[in-house]
Amino acid sequence: MSEALAPLDASLEPQHTHPRGLLVQALRGAAPSVVPLVAMAYGTGMFVWGMFIFVPVAAIIAASFGVAWVNWRRFTYCTGAEDIRVERGLFSRSARSVPYERIQDVSLEQKFLPRLLGLTEVRFETGAGGKDEITLSYLSHGEGERLRDLVRARKEGATVISAPDGAEGEEAESEAPPLFAMGPLRIVTFGLFQFSLVIFAVLFGAASQFDFLFPFEFWDWQSWYHLVEGQEQRIVGVGRMAQIVAIASGVALLLLLGVLTGIVVTVAREYGFRLDRTPKGFRRRRGLFNKTDVTLPAHRVQAAKIATGFLRARFGWHSLEFVSLAQDVGGSSHHAVAPFAKLDEIWPVARAAGIEPPGDALDWHLPSPVPWRDNTVLHGVFFAVLGIAAWAVTGNSWSLGAAALLIAGTALLNYFGWRRRRHASDVRQLFVAMGRFAPRLAIAPTVKFQSAEIVQGPLARKRGHATLHLGVAGDRLSIPGLPLAEARALRAAIIEQVAAVDFSRLPR
Amino acid sequence: MEGGDLLTPLHPNHAKALRLTAMVVAAPLVLGVLIGEMVTLAIGVYAASLVLLPLMGLIVWAALALPWRRYASSGYDMGTDRLRVVKGVFFRRDTIVPFGRVQHIDVHRGPIDRHYGLATLHLHTAGTHNATITLPGLAEEDALAMRETIREKIRRDSQ
Repeated sequence: MSEALAPLDASLEPQHTHPRGLLVQALRGAAPSVVPLVAMAYGTGMFVWGMFIFVPVAAIIAASFGVAWVNWRRFTYCTGAEDIRVERGLFSRSARSVPYERIQDVSLEQKFLPRLLGLTEVRFETGAGGKDEITLSYLSHGEGERLRDLVRARKEGATVISAPDGAEGEEAESEAPPLFAMGPLRIVTFGLFQFSLVIFAVLFGAASQFDFLFPFEFWDWQSWYHLVEGQEQRIVGVGRMAQIVAIASGVALLLLLGVLTGIVVTVAREYGFRLDRTPKGFRRRRGLFNKTDVTLPAHRVQAAKIATGFLRARFGWHSLEFVSLAQDVGGSSHHAVAPFAKLDEIWPVARAAGIEPPGDALDWHLPSPVPWRDNTVLHGVFFAVLGIAAWAVTGNSWSLGAAALLIAGTALLNYFGWRRRRHASDVRQLFVAMGRFAPRLAIAPTVKFQSAEIVQGPLARKRGHATLHLGVAGDRLSIPGLPLAEARALRAAIIEQVAAVDFSRLPR
Repeated sequence: MEGGDLLTPLHPNHAKALRLTAMVVAAPLVLGVLIGEMVTLAIGVYAASLVLLPLMGLIVWAALALPWRRYASSGYDMGTDRLRVVKGVFFRRDTIVPFGRVQHIDVHRGPIDRHYGLATLHLHTAGTHNATITLPGLAEEDALAMRETIREKIRRDSQ
């Protein structure tokens, strides 16, 4: 710590996080050991000896509280004139100072348990990739809002906003129409397309974890056999038609469960989805149990990705994500800003980030078919040799048929691999499209590219084609199968745009 | 400057440095193969000895001939607002970084490089692909001069 900072330190009261957060931390610390303990006691039939199980459980909870309390005591933060400072640690103290200018983003997150207690987790994102960030868990919701407003105000060099003012600002923001929002009906429709059998993985996992709870050996087929034993006569007796009906209804139940899981998961994640264009960027609020409130500064949007699925494409549903270095909740570098929308709802959102849709006059290019053709020949020769060798050794002519099938397969795959790619570029943006039945489109403003690379393998060099990779903060765009001259020309045009604008002058 | 072959070659010492590095890596391998050869001959597994012989040839070729080809296939072009780096014997990589996208610059010197008076220039960008572009085999003073030029350029642009 430098001496110049000392007086500032003295004038500021270091603050603790909210005491109610202790409860959350302690419960979280105790849960992994207490839950199995109780379950084990129950499973082994010792549950009647309630007193004996109570002692270790109480001890664990008490210890967990102790640890949480010490951590809480030794964790302080203070908001200075120029930076936010956090001090922590019992034996080794660490002090971190983050200047307001370095803070890119303040996000508030309310997980289920903290939310019940009226608490919120505040995260200050500083640099690339979400490293070196400060997390304050947990503060009261009001304090979280105050900190966010404070950081925003300090970054702008304005004076501190007092808490009531901040609340009023929040009100005004809510009244402005959102850039994009999803009502309950839309979210349920979205859920219909999110068919998921993950519930079975969870049940299966739970079964292997808690198999001692079952009244029989879960993994022992013989115990299953005993369960069914005696029923088999009945099953055989009901006749073929009934068997078919039983199987069909089983499949139908599976499908129904999959659809229901999809809807529940989607509603839990997307409930109350609302995207606003605030002066600071794109503010997204969503979630039923884990309510998240994330702001992505508009200038950090590097590219837009529009995707869809095979089925939802038939109904015109698409999703829009922004690529950026700032991390979304869950560690993804892509921010879902419109997860389920029609194209005419997507374009206004993209335009708000300065990304224009492809015009009608745009000149789309297919890649050269040469690499895919070469691939077909290479794979074809390989399969043919394999098939003939197998035929020569075994004398079984089926091996020739199998080889023919494989050759046809690789030819088809390579053909579609070629036909599914397209790219286009006006001077300002690069468009890369993939897929025929579930088309995806990536749009990147050329000035946001960081580097451009032309890569050629040995075969590509002989055949005169190349792959162009463009480095984007948070992602990359690749165009394979470009004729070398075209790759060079495209790169030259892009670099001309990029080199004209310095990184620090990129539109903000 | 996109012409393709107007590249500045790397310092000739780079070929020597690459060869020395390759030899350091290859020496234990050659030793291992030699021991294997003697053992297989002694116990009379001649088929294995026949396989080991070309393997030895491959290692020696990789250590002696490949560094030269790597050196010959590399080059760079320092433009007024960009750096182009070309590398690769089998897979050719031809990369352009505009100075305006360089976040920070390192000049790195390993022990073998230092012996030959060489340095490696690292340019860091914000991109996820090609986050770091490395240009090895520069004379030390050239690397430092290039760093200064690029830094000057960045400072002028961001003001």
